[in-house]
Amino acid sequence: MSDITLGTAVAAAPEAVPRTAPLSQIGLVGWLRANLFSSWINSAVTLLVLYFVVRWAIGFVEWGVINAVWSVPNNQTQVCRDLKGTGACWAVITEKHRFILFGTYPYEEHWRPALCVLLFVGLYIVSAMRRFWRKELALVWIGVLTLIGALMWGGVFGLSYVPQERWGGLVITLILATFGLAFAFPLAIMVALGRRSSLPAIKALCVVYVELIRGVPLISLLFMASVMFPLFLPEGMNIDKLLRAQIAIILFAGAYLAEVVRGGLQALPKGQYEAADALGLSYWQKTGFIILPQALRLVIPPLVNTFIGFFKDTSLVLIIGIFDLLTAGKTAIIEPAWQGFGVEVYLTVGAIYFVFCFAMSKYSQGLEAELNRHRVR
Amino acid sequence: MSDQLVLEPGESVASQARTDAPPAILLDRVNKWFGALHVLRDVSMSIAHGERVVVCGPSGSGKSTLIRCINRLETHQEGRILVDNMELSDDVRALDAIRREVGMVFQSFNLFPHLTILENCTLAPIWVRRMPKAEADALAMQYLERVRIPEQAKKYPGQLSGGQQQRVAIARALCMKPKIMLFDEPTSALDPEMIKEVLDTMVTLAEDGMTMICVTHEMGFARQVADRVVFMDRGEIVEQGEPVEMFERPKTDRLRLFLSQILRGH
Repeated sequence: MSDITLGTAVAAAPEAVPRTAPLSQIGLVGWLRANLFSSWINSAVTLLVLYFVVRWAIGFVEWGVINAVWSVPNNQTQVCRDLKGTGACWAVITEKHRFILFGTYPYEEHWRPALCVLLFVGLYIVSAMRRFWRKELALVWIGVLTLIGALMWGGVFGLSYVPQERWGGLVITLILATFGLAFAFPLAIMVALGRRSSLPAIKALCVVYVELIRGVPLISLLFMASVMFPLFLPEGMNIDKLLRAQIAIILFAGAYLAEVVRGGLQALPKGQYEAADALGLSYWQKTGFIILPQALRLVIPPLVNTFIGFFKDTSLVLIIGIFDLLTAGKTAIIEPAWQGFGVEVYLTVGAIYFVFCFAMSKYSQGLEAELNRHRVR
Repeated sequence: MSDQLVLEPGESVASQARTDAPPAILLDRVNKWFGALHVLRDVSMSIAHGERVVVCGPSGSGKSTLIRCINRLETHQEGRILVDNMELSDDVRALDAIRREVGMVFQSFNLFPHLTILENCTLAPIWVRRMPKAEADALAMQYLERVRIPEQAKKYPGQLSGGQQQRVAIARALCMKPKIMLFDEPTSALDPEMIKEVLDTMVTLAEDGMTMICVTHEMGFARQVADRVVFMDRGEIVEQGEPVEMFERPKTDRLRLFLSQILRGH
């Protein structure tokens, strides 16, 4: 075969006409052959896995859709119980979704946390678009977050006052995650820079902060914030429990993110610092224009990893009695009538977490490709 | 790259300057250590405005460290360094002033990969010199034309060849309108066919009367452009003088050995 190819190549000189690859090597058929059926072992494994996937999928559809009960009148859950696990009882979601999403927030005021959730999502979408990346975006954030605070607390514009103890559900998760990362990220950048500072005091402070906070579990930090911290406050003074948990989360996330950012700073060649110095750029100009834009691009994958981790870690506030999404779900099935329907509730709560985390993940992939365009030749 | 412009103008400028005006750069018994390693030993030298000095020597001789001390990318531990009559010290304001006047070109280019060629050139003029953006853009285009790559202005450094990147690096340094240019082995990281385009750019610069200190092993360039060649070995200046004199009648064995090695290499 090689002889023939050589022969035609010589005859067709000076230039060989480009041909398309043989059909058996490209397209769907080629892909299937190369990846799934390349040998008899691979073919057998493919068929076996396919069998299990299909069987499981059929079982799930039967349980979740065909045999499922979608609603029951007046907490009469006997219908669900009669299924004996062969069908899902989505009635628990129909009945309890308001509680899962909004916790113990006054029922007739539920539109307020609902609007807050929409505001959060809108804020994420606007912030994700590069064409809105300018200074005004910071003002939008301040404005929206203030508005969310006003909506949740009330007491202004004729809204009734709702104490923080009654907030709960998805909005708590979004508040903890959004405020947490919005404050932790700048803190992390400052700490990462501080750890590389030539000033010994600043460097020591940053090292101690990172090592100390990273060295204890988030749960113990939350306990300290909720139980120990109030003991040190003067008589009669009290700081909101949610705020205390929020600060604990910011400090914790800050320490982790700082190390991620520092990884990016370490990865930059020394020449970038030297070139910026040689041009006479000041420390902050060098950091803002040369170092951080490159370092942060490098660490987008571990950064988003940490972001997603913290979005889910906010659920740990359940141990200090704050009603986030997961705690609200757990509480919803405490009522005797609804006991035993945990799978349905946890699947729903899991799906909500998944939507937010998957969106973050997908967005970061796109952002990474777009911001690293300059590396493509 | 013609040979007739060798030395003739530079010599007069250099000798004149040595007598009247204060030197552009003055090093007075400079010493530096990396840990226990004594990398600069009592280095003294004076460079006049408009003078072109080529520093050569075997690797590890301290030649790069020497020019990196001049804009304080490295700090010296003993002795004095004066640039344009300002002493290099821990005083940040003096350092800023000196770095504004001294441009530097690195062996590995060190362009900012996330900025376009034009942005690479305008960043410092806009933020350090406080130049309006339009003016900085025009200035950058002028220098990019001088290094003959204006058509690449919108591209990113990664899309250019090594020789083009190094010419951009030269343009970037020039956009700050420095009085002195330092070159740290500017052609060592380049493929042979790209060395000439960078050297040509440097020759043009020298013809315009820029004060230059260049660490290089390009002896052809030294002959053509340099007013003075400084030979360093093991942290000290062993020999210095006019290029022809140095290369044809080396006085020390160390220089003779060095010349025989690099000539064999070429």
